[in-house]
Amino acid sequence: MSTATTPPEDDTAADYTPVPDRVGALLNRRDAPNRPSALAASLAFCWRALLKIKHVPEQMIDVTVFPIIITLMFTFLFGGALAGSTREYVQFLLPGIMVISVLMITMYTGMGINTDVEKGIFDRFRTLPIWRPAALVGALLGDVLRYVLAATVIVLLGLVLGYRPSGGATGMIAAMVLVIVFAFAFSWIWIMFGLLLRSEKSVMAVSMPVLFPLTFLSNVFVDPSTMPGWLQAFVKVNPITHLVTATRQLAAGTWDTGELAWVLVSCAVLIVVFGTISIRLYNRK
Amino acid sequence: MAHPSTAPPAVETSGLVKVFGKTRAVDGLDLRVPAGTVYGLLGPNGAGKTTAVRMLATLTRPDGGEAQIFGHDVVRDADQVRSRVSLTGQYASVDDDLTGTENLVLLARLLGYRTPAARERAAELLDAFGLTEARSRLVKKYSGGMRRRIDIAASILNTPDLLFLDEPTTGLDPRSRNQVWDIVRGVVQHGTTVLLTTQYLDEADRLASRIAVIDTGKVIAEGTPAELKSSIGAGTVHLRLRDPHQRAEAGALLTSIMGAEAQSDSDPHALTVRVGAAGNDAAADKASRALADLARAGITVDNFSLGQPSLDEVFLALTDKTKEASPA
Ligand SMILES: Nc1ncnc2c1ncn2[C@@H]1O[C@H](COP(=O)(O)OP(=O)(O)OP(=O)(O)O)[C@@H](O)[C@H]1O
Ligand SMILES: [Mg+2]
Repeated sequence: MSTATTPPEDDTAADYTPVPDRVGALLNRRDAPNRPSALAASLAFCWRALLKIKHVPEQMIDVTVFPIIITLMFTFLFGGALAGSTREYVQFLLPGIMVISVLMITMYTGMGINTDVEKGIFDRFRTLPIWRPAALVGALLGDVLRYVLAATVIVLLGLVLGYRPSGGATGMIAAMVLVIVFAFAFSWIWIMFGLLLRSEKSVMAVSMPVLFPLTFLSNVFVDPSTMPGWLQAFVKVNPITHLVTATRQLAAGTWDTGELAWVLVSCAVLIVVFGTISIRLYNRK
Repeated sequence: MAHPSTAPPAVETSGLVKVFGKTRAVDGLDLRVPAGTVYGLLGPNGAGKTTAVRMLATLTRPDGGEAQIFGHDVVRDADQVRSRVSLTGQYASVDDDLTGTENLVLLARLLGYRTPAARERAAELLDAFGLTEARSRLVKKYSGGMRRRIDIAASILNTPDLLFLDEPTTGLDPRSRNQVWDIVRGVVQHGTTVLLTTQYLDEADRLASRIAVIDTGKVIAEGTPAELKSSIGAGTVHLRLRDPHQRAEAGALLTSIMGAEAQSDSDPHALTVRVGAAGNDAAADKASRALADLARAGITVDNFSLGQPSLDEVFLALTDKTKEASPA
């Protein structure tokens, strides 16, 4: 720290006297590099997201504690009633609970984007001659790390609770990859809302009516054959149902082309629809 | 390449319009900023300065009219414009949650520098802007002046040909303000054009070679600082009397000597005279004579100042003029 004579609010800088020549010299350099590729620009934004995690590690609490709570809650709440024992129920529940938890935290992506917009940071990025979606794609790549963390936490907790996937490590990893790929695509919904809505709180507010029906009205907790017909109809077309089925299969070491195709087509549709709207909104802001 | 005399101006707009709901934030703006100069955009709150600058920096689409930056259209050739301009917004657009170095390295990478070169470039900028000691501190812990500087450093990282500075000194203390002024001088010395918005005539006067005064989205006057000032008078004399009961007498005396109406402010001790277009020397001369006469008449003056017209005064004078001129 600097000497005691300097004023407190400008400590290291009070005695700074700019030398116009030196400032100007910085502008004289014409060795400016070529514009970065789409990938390089996205990776730079991803690096920004990682730096933020480094400086504010508390933000990782949400993505670890929340999944732990819902896994424990549902396992012990329903385990006895639905499957006779928690150990048995966790075999059925775990892939589904991983899907739900990861999708629930995708909402934070929208809140992060909204904060950046509100603070005006995107203004600077938008005056750079770079691939336009890079700022959004990069931020999302950073968030994928949180999804990986959340999925890992749940699987480890599941193992502790007695979960033993018959697909072994390979099957489990394949299942996690599928969930994370879907979460990446699903996040574009939140990016759109983040760009569209006025505050972080509004993003949070719209997320509940979207997330709850999609995740709960699925086959995560119980077999849909016990549900009334109209509900079964919704559950059947809900992409989350197909994702949960495909995830269970992968974890069990089997797979069904039909289910995987459903999931991957849903991903493509989500990215095309919400990605396009998001980029439009980003350009228009 | 083009001969200097045929080179396009840094900024040229005609009839630029931006509407927000019912507000015509920018309403037919015509500007021409010659390359290589500091150009001042002077106007009060809500005049449309920020909106105009955002359109020129490709951040907002105009609703009407045209704007070219070095001959490139801001809508059709947005990418070309982006590769030549940079904006330091009114509100800092650096990342609070990153350190000074990280902010600059990120931008350098986004401009295509590889990581080692990006680090080098960041270090150079931090050094020239007096931020080396603060480089590893989060920007949210910076003082107002330091934030401004890192923001400007981030804006010149890409060696822009045109730099927009939107109210770069609003809210800064005098020392930080002087630092920013020196930086602007350095930037323009090396050929970069600067378009600066400000609410202070004083600032435009010190830095800009030409000024456009804007109000309600339109240019209401344009010229060199000297032209603008002489068009509305050399300055203003402010007096503070010890005894408010002597104000009427003092006012009459002043009016006769200065050759301009003395105005009574809401403060009962104060008197203000706007000095005519004769120039500062004559004004100072008359003012000293007036002071002597006041003393002789037994009127005690506690405080006296001869100042440049404030933006308020420039502004009031100009809007009065446009009102007078419009019926003709
Ligand atoms: N995004 C927006 N939505 C609605 N109105 C806006 C928006 N941006 C600006 N305005 C309005 O347009 C007018 C011009 O605003 P602008 O910010 O350009 O003025 P300014 O000259 O920069 O003022 P200041 O000195 O306060 O920064 C104001 O009346 C403002 O309320
Ligand atoms: Mg403004």
